[in-house]
Amino acid sequence: MRVPSAVRGTPFHERTGPLCQAGNWRRWAGHFAASSYEPTHEHEYQAIRSACALIDVSPLYKYRLSGPGAAALANRVVTRDVDRQDVGRVYYTPWCDAAGKVRDDGTLHRLGASDFRLTSAEPTLTWLHENARGLDVNIEEETERVAALALQGPRSRDLLRRITDGDVAELRYFGVMSARIAGIAAEISRTGYTGDLGYEIWVRAADAIPLWDALTAAGGPFGLAPAGMLALDMARLEAGLLLVDVDFIPAHRAIIEGQKSSPYELGLGWTVSLEASNFVGRAALRAERARPPAWRFRGIALDWESLEAAYATVGLPPQLPGTTLRDSVPLYAGGRQVGYATSRGWSPTLKTYLGLAHLEAESAVVGTALEIEVTVEHRRRRAGATVAKAPFFDPERKRATP
Amino acid sequence: MRATNTYDAIIVGGGHNGLINAAYLARAGLRVVVLERRHLVGGAAVTEEIFPGFKYSVASYVVSLLRPEIIRDLQLARHGLEILPLESTVTPLPNGDYLGRWADHDQTRRDLYRHSPKDAEAYDDFATLMYQLAWAVKPLLGVVPPDPISPGLRDLKTLLMLGRHARGLDEKRFHALFKLGTMSAADYLDEWFESDPLKATMSASGIIGTFLGPRSPGTAYVLLHHYMGEIDGVFRAWGFARGGNGMVSESIASAAKSHGAEIRTGATVERVLTRNGWVHGVVLDDGEELTAKTVVSGVDPKRTFLGLLDPDELPDDFARAIRRFRIRGSSGKVNLSLSEAPEFSCLPGGGPHLRGAFSISPSLDYLERAYDDAKYGGFSHRPYMDIVIPSMIDPGMAPPGRHVMSIFVQYAAFDLKGGWDDAKREAFGDAVVDTLSEYVPNLADSILHRQVLTPLDMQEQLGLTEGNIFHGELTPQQLFFFRPSPAWADYRTPVRGFYQCGSGTHPGGGVCGASGRLAALEILRDLRRRRGAGTTAAPGR
Repeated sequence: MRVPSAVRGTPFHERTGPLCQAGNWRRWAGHFAASSYEPTHEHEYQAIRSACALIDVSPLYKYRLSGPGAAALANRVVTRDVDRQDVGRVYYTPWCDAAGKVRDDGTLHRLGASDFRLTSAEPTLTWLHENARGLDVNIEEETERVAALALQGPRSRDLLRRITDGDVAELRYFGVMSARIAGIAAEISRTGYTGDLGYEIWVRAADAIPLWDALTAAGGPFGLAPAGMLALDMARLEAGLLLVDVDFIPAHRAIIEGQKSSPYELGLGWTVSLEASNFVGRAALRAERARPPAWRFRGIALDWESLEAAYATVGLPPQLPGTTLRDSVPLYAGGRQVGYATSRGWSPTLKTYLGLAHLEAESAVVGTALEIEVTVEHRRRRAGATVAKAPFFDPERKRATP
Repeated sequence: MRATNTYDAIIVGGGHNGLINAAYLARAGLRVVVLERRHLVGGAAVTEEIFPGFKYSVASYVVSLLRPEIIRDLQLARHGLEILPLESTVTPLPNGDYLGRWADHDQTRRDLYRHSPKDAEAYDDFATLMYQLAWAVKPLLGVVPPDPISPGLRDLKTLLMLGRHARGLDEKRFHALFKLGTMSAADYLDEWFESDPLKATMSASGIIGTFLGPRSPGTAYVLLHHYMGEIDGVFRAWGFARGGNGMVSESIASAAKSHGAEIRTGATVERVLTRNGWVHGVVLDDGEELTAKTVVSGVDPKRTFLGLLDPDELPDDFARAIRRFRIRGSSGKVNLSLSEAPEFSCLPGGGPHLRGAFSISPSLDYLERAYDDAKYGGFSHRPYMDIVIPSMIDPGMAPPGRHVMSIFVQYAAFDLKGGWDDAKREAFGDAVVDTLSEYVPNLADSILHRQVLTPLDMQEQLGLTEGNIFHGELTPQQLFFFRPSPAWADYRTPVRGFYQCGSGTHPGGGVCGASGRLAALEILRDLRRRRGAGTTAAPGR
């Protein structure tokens, strides 16, 4: 017996490996994920925002729920009302523990009346089985069997149309369809993690390389570029999208109660359908909704002049992060700590230093003036910040169908 | 007179500065109209589809130092502005080699090292010094130039602030700053580097928009501008606007309209109307009159003071200063539609270099000779060129697989010996294509369409006097409290209620927008003061 390798390549690694000039890899769920392909990640970010980018998202956990009880299982797990989900629609959704605290978030694709694909950041097989008791449902893990590529950016539709037999142009935001891409059977969903026009493509792992080749062969005229995690992290911050383990801790991994969050505390109240069938955590969430949640999740925008002033004390211009920062920093109002920012970074598109933050409800009103801790030459200082609405960047093309 | 023809402020000229000015005034609650002569706004920052399917950034082609506070204040991203970074500059060389400077530090260092190990080291030291100097000079960009000769209270405050800020400079840096203000780019760079293509390419930033060569004194200062963006939190401030430079103008226009500004195209202002030393409106070429107690000119100082006004209304010394203001055009522009991607013989095939700029500046002598041609009334037969291929990073600029190429060309005299005509324009275009073909063998055969702009074309089509892209050369004697003239560098003019907000005012130059914004802030300050004094500033007071 061989010892299994700790980290392995995704089904696209044969192509992505040689492309990664930067030699800059990180781990994602036991797989190699490129941080950036080029020596710097700027162009990859711009490809997402101005042309189109290919992002290997194969390490996502994927589960297929099928059989007569599939819808019932989905309804029992996720906070949204699956009875209202049409075939061909995708729901973004969290799911909770019995106390109504978020375990994970992901997308639920309704591929047929009794056929769903659930994606998640954390392994979820056991959780699904535990909730399937008494239901006639087949739960199949397809994490390794299905390869996934995100094709994101304003030109992604034009590119995809060229090599797909299906009517991709008509695919609405959060829709999913089956189609052939250069002859390869695929599911195409109008989803992504960038807040831009984009698609995610799901194929058998064995078809990964032909899919990659077909997209890259046709992609040149549309400015297609492979993009890594650094670029993706910048885009998702502008889009105000949560990142597990950074912006929230999965409830079942929390060591202490204070590390857990409810959907309401994460700004995901809109995904909670209290009228839906009895999903895990519903009672707790119903009780929570009766009283407003103590915490809110909001965007913050740093005040440039005060950031300049903080750095001017040592004679420096502001030193900005070139990547999204994932360490938590305190936020203050009226001299008291009222929250913390979990993701921060410079938006090249908005020319603003942005963050995602957990705030006590009374300090979470959009427009509230806050202070954020900044470390200037090894010393703690504070700069002004304002509570802002996320998404920060929300172009029409994200939702538009031509 | 119809009430609809009365405004709080009229902005003459819908270039980016005029639009920014209008947006800030409208945001403050003023009833504002922008009057633009052409059928589209943007002035020199326009995108036009002259050849079907291919979009040209007709004149200005990169976004240089557009003030981030303007992008934030006016929420330009929400109005459609997305700036894509210009990552690299490659200088192809006649011997088939090249010199590249890239987004990645190690990559740049390797490339410089091939040419000169010493320069590879000096380059980093140079960058550190320039960063420090840019930081020292940067506050100048954000302030209204003070009057150092007869300063008012605020002038003194500004001077004190600048003095305090500059106190951080040690002796070495102060000396460097003085040298930058007085030396030629070539001499200054000679003190640092030995590689000719490196010096030539860097010096090019000092000659753009001036009728000077790299060995002319006063050209070193603009080297600083290239480091300015690094301290603005802009990261590669130099970039492309998605959709071409017209998107800069359109996004600002959209922001201005969202604040209630009216924008009229096809409206040519014939004259600015004054009465007893006060402005009271404008008259259009069709005779229509619009009235306002505030009129702002975004057009260049020559047209503003010698065209829109009767010079008799101006103090003699001021009118003389404006006549002497140096606004010599020196550059042209060639835009190409290409059937296939250009292939540079120094770096054959595709690759990230095609997303950056190409500088045809193999040596200082090459640039100086290009200047020699123009100095005596000609155009360069082998010109300096700054080339970008916007469709490489923004594929929407051309049909799939095809490309647009933007070529900034220097030098071409505005006063061409014998005058410009169609044949000379085409000869100028041929010189560009022939020169570039030496580095890009597939160029000539892939040209589907060619647009050539001479300095005269830029004057006639875009309204830039003498075709000067900066509304006046960016040389030390025309900067800060000299721009455009001493005593009138604070956006005001000798005519009360009449203001200037174009690139011919501080800081000017490129698609920066600071002039439009600072002028708006000054106008609003005056209006507050007038209101505060309990007077409505009636004409004739």
